[in-house]
Amino acid sequence: MHFDVGIFLGALTSKALREAIPVTISLAVTSFVIGVIIGLLVALARSSRFRVVRYLGWTYVWFFRAIPTIILLFFVWNALPELVPALAGPGFMPFYAAVIGLSVNEAAYAAEIIRGGLLSVDDGQRQAARALGMRPAAVFRRVVAPQVIRVVIPPMANDFITLLKLTSLAYAVSLREILTVTQTQIAQTFRHVEWYSAAAVYFIVLVSIFTVGQAWLERRFVWTSAARSGSGGGMLRGFGGGMAR
Amino acid sequence: MSQGHILDEDVIAQLHAGPAGNVIEAIDIRRRYGANEVLRGVSFGIRRGEVKAILGPSGSGKSTLLRCLALLEPLDGGEVHLDGQRVGARQGRDGRLVPLGESELAAQRADIGMVFQRFNLFPHLSALGNVMIGLTEVRKVPPAEARGIADRMLERVGLGHRRDHFPSELSGGQQQRVAIARALVMKPKVMLFDEPTSALDPELVGEVLRVMEELAREGMTMVVVTHEIGFARDVASQVLMMDEGQIIEDGPPDEFFASPKQERTKRFLDAVR
Ligand SMILES: Nc1ncnc2c1ncn2[C@@H]1O[C@H](COP(=O)(O)OP(=O)(O)O)[C@@H](O)[C@H]1O
Ligand SMILES: [Mg+2]
Repeated sequence: MHFDVGIFLGALTSKALREAIPVTISLAVTSFVIGVIIGLLVALARSSRFRVVRYLGWTYVWFFRAIPTIILLFFVWNALPELVPALAGPGFMPFYAAVIGLSVNEAAYAAEIIRGGLLSVDDGQRQAARALGMRPAAVFRRVVAPQVIRVVIPPMANDFITLLKLTSLAYAVSLREILTVTQTQIAQTFRHVEWYSAAAVYFIVLVSIFTVGQAWLERRFVWTSAARSGSGGGMLRGFGGGMAR
Repeated sequence: MSQGHILDEDVIAQLHAGPAGNVIEAIDIRRRYGANEVLRGVSFGIRRGEVKAILGPSGSGKSTLLRCLALLEPLDGGEVHLDGQRVGARQGRDGRLVPLGESELAAQRADIGMVFQRFNLFPHLSALGNVMIGLTEVRKVPPAEARGIADRMLERVGLGHRRDHFPSELSGGQQQRVAIARALVMKPKVMLFDEPTSALDPELVGEVLRVMEELAREGMTMVVVTHEIGFARDVASQVLMMDEGQIIEDGPPDEFFASPKQERTKRFLDAVR
């Protein structure tokens, strides 16, 4: 058997793979967003004034970082409905199971990154903001958060790429993402080389697009007057450093 | 540098017309970190338009004292009064003082200006953004109006041409002047300076001291922790010497520097002069 360009191109443009793309992307994005939100809470818990809360945060990270993601996915899909009868119905779809499994896993990593980001902000920044009379929420939103975001962009982007690739583990819950679709096609055609190559190409393209997005985002967080006059505003303006809200 | 005034005419008028008595007063302030007793009962008051210079060796508690006056830290004892009203704490039901919550403290802090040794400008905001943020976030001034106020204040501290620069693009002296402008636009009743020129290259010290001198001239009430003996002698109305968490000596500058009474003060002055 050799590499058949025709079959490869056919696989690349197949309806099956094209339909898997939005599934993969929405799984990655949804899990990432939920994971980052949980991760932020865990990170804040880890820097809480209360010892019990700090321990809870620490335990979360310790626990979910230790469990292989695929075991987590199998557990959510197969074991959780046995423990939680409400999840046993047909409404509990593979997508939900995959989101739960991937986001609780992602949160453990995001929490550590965000904690590092919070620690990187000099305490003098909070002091200056408080001295001006800003309330705690404003101190966080207007002073701490922009500085945390800047330092967490590179590790978070790295993390998102890892998560994007981890979506192929949703094969374990039969979600019709890229790998599941590829396996189904191979079972019918026995063309391993062409279909795996096509799947790989899809991931390379997705990760590349995302890397461009990361570079754009990093440019938004360069805090110099030259960078500011070059960027024409946009949704991150108020956060990344504009003057007014 | 600035022609004319740094403060608005109406602000200057207010500074002169406020209630009699102390603008800010420390009453037996105590503060400890674990077993380390950093402030051991500090008391003093500052009347309107007075400038108090605080000298003292490193570690004597000067920064802690200013943070307590700025309500950035809870006290372990004593009280801070602003215009005769107790701030930072209220009387609990059992008669003891309990610290206020962060939100209540925030409102009180807005009336007290603080300038830090290391500037602590917000690196993600331009000079203008740094000066505006207190107005928009705390005073709820509409952005366009806040921009005008901030612009004028930057102009007066000699930085109109740097309004769009970010802190990383400014010299230390310029950063500290932005920090002073950031505090001034809030129209504070008192300005606290924590070694405002200690982090500066020697040739940049003058531009910051000149702004502070002008403020003193216009009637701003100020507490200045400093090692600048010249500034303390020429600008301060009163000089305090701190050592090991207590004020060990105070007096008008000519007396204080000409004939210090405490051995500790003499040795300190010999060391810094
Ligand atoms: N946040 C803090 N936690 C623990 N100890 C502190 C803290 N801030 C200051 N100290 C201690 O308090 C003492 C006085 O510090 P500080 O007020 O900074 O003195 P100064 O400004 O006169 O040099 C020092 O021994 C210092 O180590
Ligand atoms: Mg100090």
